[in-house]
Amino acid sequence: MAIEVRIPTILRTYTDGQKAVEGAGATLDELFADLDTRHAGLRDRVVDGGELRRFVNVYLNDEDVRFLDGIATKVADGDSVTILPAVAGGSR
Amino acid sequence: MRYDSPLAAVGNTPLVRLPRLSPSDEVSVWAKLEDRNPTGSVKDRPALHMIEQAEADGRLTPGCTILEPTSGNTGISLAMAARLKGYRIVCVMPENTSAERRELLAMWGAQIISSPAAGGSNTAVRVAKELSAEHPDWVMLYQYGNTANPGAHYATTGPEILADLPTITHFVAGLGTTGTLMGVGRFLREKVPGVSIVAAEPRYDDVVYGLRNLDEGFVPELYDETVLTTRFSVGSEDAVRRTRELLAEEGIFAGVSTGAALHAALGVAAKAHRAGQRADVVFVVADGGWKYLSTGIYTAESTEAAVAALHGQLWA
Repeated sequence: MAIEVRIPTILRTYTDGQKAVEGAGATLDELFADLDTRHAGLRDRVVDGGELRRFVNVYLNDEDVRFLDGIATKVADGDSVTILPAVAGGSR
Repeated sequence: MRYDSPLAAVGNTPLVRLPRLSPSDEVSVWAKLEDRNPTGSVKDRPALHMIEQAEADGRLTPGCTILEPTSGNTGISLAMAARLKGYRIVCVMPENTSAERRELLAMWGAQIISSPAAGGSNTAVRVAKELSAEHPDWVMLYQYGNTANPGAHYATTGPEILADLPTITHFVAGLGTTGTLMGVGRFLREKVPGVSIVAAEPRYDDVVYGLRNLDEGFVPELYDETVLTTRFSVGSEDAVRRTRELLAEEGIFAGVSTGAALHAALGVAAKAHRAGQRADVVFVVADGGWKYLSTGIYTAESTEAAVAALHGQLWA
């Protein structure tokens, strides 16, 4: 099972410069844990204390997961996940 | 339909089903053709409403100068109304917006002040606020914070959609000033239990990343997250691809931000289809493609070539 995860420029130091990587999991939380086994440190930049970090936005098939179930959002094979930094100030 | 003046002909736009892009008979996607307004964009509604509200409040009187930060459409709408009503108008717009927009503004007699490309509309807003402080006699209608902006959609766009399609389940529009989503969203939430209000936010490539993104740090004063059900972030490639699909499949010639709204509309339509739910998804065609012709995206050989053609430009 493969889910494509698009990585923003600022986090590509964790992916050897790759713009997109693949991972597996039933939820975003599991997906980020899986990614961390190959890209150590990436999860910590996205997740903090069981929630998305405040200045990070994550999109599942372009939909903001904060409006879905956050990192508990279910994901499936063929889905596309996009991580984007939110510049200080944020939207909320 | 008959109207007593061109300004009276704002609104009452067609709502058309898209038979080829709708997933099924149970899940329909509908386009609200706002390009059919007098100056060719949805912005005629808030522009006229903001001017008439300012006149009613006594802020705007004959001989006044209107000032507005705008990447195009609102300025064009305001400039047309200003000419017909006898006001002078100054527009602050980012220097990397298309030549057609500048030409249109000049055509209606607007004075254009360019703001640096870096920071996009956020910078245009800042420059306009500085000018406003220097010229206290100028009237800044300020679409990002003027309640007459969503008020126009609450009073007109929302009721038109509901009258044409009482079975609406989703409303999708681009997220810029947030006026369309806030106004139509509030109206529909009052009238249609369970309706979904869906925002399509533009996401630019690294070159112009976040220029008009809420996350850049500028949140329009009008924005109220509780009105939204969900929010999509749509990249340039998907926006361009959908704009071209809309033209090829349904014969609708729309601007690039419409492609982003269509992408989100098809996203929620596909979800409803997979879940076996019926849905009537309405999205807003904010403007026609005329102002973006010079980008070459409509005639490019492939989506890839079209995306390359748009590279580095603001499209919403």
